Amino acid sequence: MRLLNQTKAGFLKGAALAAALLLGLAAPAAQAAEGGVAIPDARFQHDRMLGTFDRAALQRGFQVYKEVCAACHAAHLLSYRNLREIGLSEAEVTAIAAAYQIPDGPNDNGEMFERPGRPSDRFRRPFANDAAARAANNGALPPDFSVIVKARPGGGNYIHALLTGYEDPPPAGVTVMEGMHYNKYFPGHQIAMAPPLNSDGQVQYGDGTRATVDQMARDVTTFLAWASEPELETRRAMGIRIILFLIVMGGLTYAVKRKIWADVH
Amino acid sequence: MATGLHDSSFTNPVVRWIDQRMPVFTMMQKEYGTFPTPRNFNYFWNFGALAMINLMIMIATGIFLAMNYTAHTSMAFDSVERIMRDVNYGWLIRYVHMNGASMFFIVVLVHVWRGMFYGSYKKPRELLWILGVVIFLLMMATAFMGYVLPWGQMSFWGATVITNLFSAIPLVGNSIVTLLWGGFSVDNPTLNRFFSLHYLLPFVITGVVFLHVAALHITGSNNPLGIEPKGPQDTLPFHPYYTIKDSVGIVVYLIVFAFLVFFTPNYLGHPDNYIPANPLSTPAHIVPEWYFLPFYAVLRAVPNKLGGVLMMFGAIAVLFVLPWLDRSPVRSMRFRPIAKWAFLLWTVNFFVLMWAGGKPAEGLYVVISRLSTAYYFAYFLVILPLLGKIERPLPLPESISRAVLRGGGPLPGGAAAKPMEKA
Repeated sequence: MRLLNQTKAGFLKGAALAAALLLGLAAPAAQAAEGGVAIPDARFQHDRMLGTFDRAALQRGFQVYKEVCAACHAAHLLSYRNLREIGLSEAEVTAIAAAYQIPDGPNDNGEMFERPGRPSDRFRRPFANDAAARAANNGALPPDFSVIVKARPGGGNYIHALLTGYEDPPPAGVTVMEGMHYNKYFPGHQIAMAPPLNSDGQVQYGDGTRATVDQMARDVTTFLAWASEPELETRRAMGIRIILFLIVMGGLTYAVKRKIWADVH
Repeated sequence: MATGLHDSSFTNPVVRWIDQRMPVFTMMQKEYGTFPTPRNFNYFWNFGALAMINLMIMIATGIFLAMNYTAHTSMAFDSVERIMRDVNYGWLIRYVHMNGASMFFIVVLVHVWRGMFYGSYKKPRELLWILGVVIFLLMMATAFMGYVLPWGQMSFWGATVITNLFSAIPLVGNSIVTLLWGGFSVDNPTLNRFFSLHYLLPFVITGVVFLHVAALHITGSNNPLGIEPKGPQDTLPFHPYYTIKDSVGIVVYLIVFAFLVFFTPNYLGHPDNYIPANPLSTPAHIVPEWYFLPFYAVLRAVPNKLGGVLMMFGAIAVLFVLPWLDRSPVRSMRFRPIAKWAFLLWTVNFFVLMWAGGKPAEGLYVVISRLSTAYYFAYFLVILPLLGKIERPLPLPESISRAVLRGGGPLPGGAAAKPMEKA
């Protein structure tokens, strides 16, 4: 029995050590989010431990991305076929893809050509290359949106804060350089992008949702979170099953261990 | 018994036929079946087996990742994201591999800590310990090169910072860096050689792990009391006692692992590594992976570049000579009233270094890093040698069975433990 207590204590010590290790690691992540104002928690349902994406928000968010962001921001890792996952039908996806002209070729004459998009195509990029993107945007390069939520400290909360964090005129005492805009949450507070979501009703939602700036920001952030982690729902669903299985397995294993060791104690 | 054949005790005709010609079954039975193991292990003794499992998981997932990865600066980042999106269960394989690296370091750090607390490095296990430190070094090299492969911002700039450390070596430093890079900056040749080495080194690790286990099976395991088993009453056969005890540990380990993979897969990573590498844009803070942070703190604690590099490598190198720095005849810290607290402080200090390594190298953080670095080395170079002379250890128990069973229990039923064989 004393041995058992010892082993239990040892096990607890080990677990505590592992927990301490993991907690210690939070430091670099938290530090990266520094350098400005604290980012407010937008309370997205998919940010909860077992949360899923709001399908309606995903579809509205895609609409915002398509009509507003996609003018400058590529999402070249996504294919039109992926939109089936946000709840669009095959016909809708085919129609969306067909509305784009995709560069292809060379054909039998050795010439490049454009053709209507297919669901298997990747999202069309707004600019031919980075230099063209800079030339059209006052020297600034609009980042690709494929993994943007994974690529920013604060994730979706940061994107949402950024989209709703513009202040015009800037706070007293702050001089903003020409062609730049004041944003409370952008590192350094000066961002080249003009407020992309600037008036209520900028996008006409098909489902009757009122398109306030905050609503559009939330919707497009939800869409971008999905674009960054399309596996999120599958991953969490699998995780629950695997962890439940392991807990049962752990109980059984521990029971067998107790039985085997019973004659030694 | 026919001449030239091994005298096999197996009865199954197929097993027996093989075993007579190549006694692998006899070997397995001896090393993992009846192998006499101290009866008083606590759960810290799980971590060797966990490390072995982790290595296998890393190799298995790595092989499948390599089938889908493209080692080219213009394609590496997208090929990794393609694995995440378009390869069947690619996200699972990649997240297991990515978090598996962190799990590997957690497991191995606990394993090393256990060795240090219970004095497992002392005679006769010095070579066993040294092989372990070699594995640790190889792991660090492998993990570093693996982190470069996704070719994100931290990959690129981490590779730039770390490879540049070698330029501090007088005379040949710059040539070594050029050799590492395969050119004059971190670029495609660097990525290619890192991929090649990242695939190679795990098999080198496997080889050294084999030697580590071989050495272990000569000396036998240490135990929480740090005294040698004196006879069959002190040991249990490895199977089923420790196979089942390790199994309990493995399931708990898998639960922690699964939690990381399925619910917080990017928690231990850095968001900047999801930005494709850009040689023209330096991130605000270049931070290595968490398991390098203590050593990164040591590096930055020293104002001189060469000095910092030497101290950083010294922080690992000192482990090689630990068996000769600690002169106390008593292994387990349980019986060392002063060394125990010095070592627990060293443990806390290790976490302080880890924390400081993640902070910018300025102001108070530098002061803390320096004090922590000083204690890190003082423990090995001053405190342990001194304590070997002045510390009065507590009385050791007569034997393991006496300490555990208060007067030595009966032999467990079915336990065919033999006295330790000294080869």
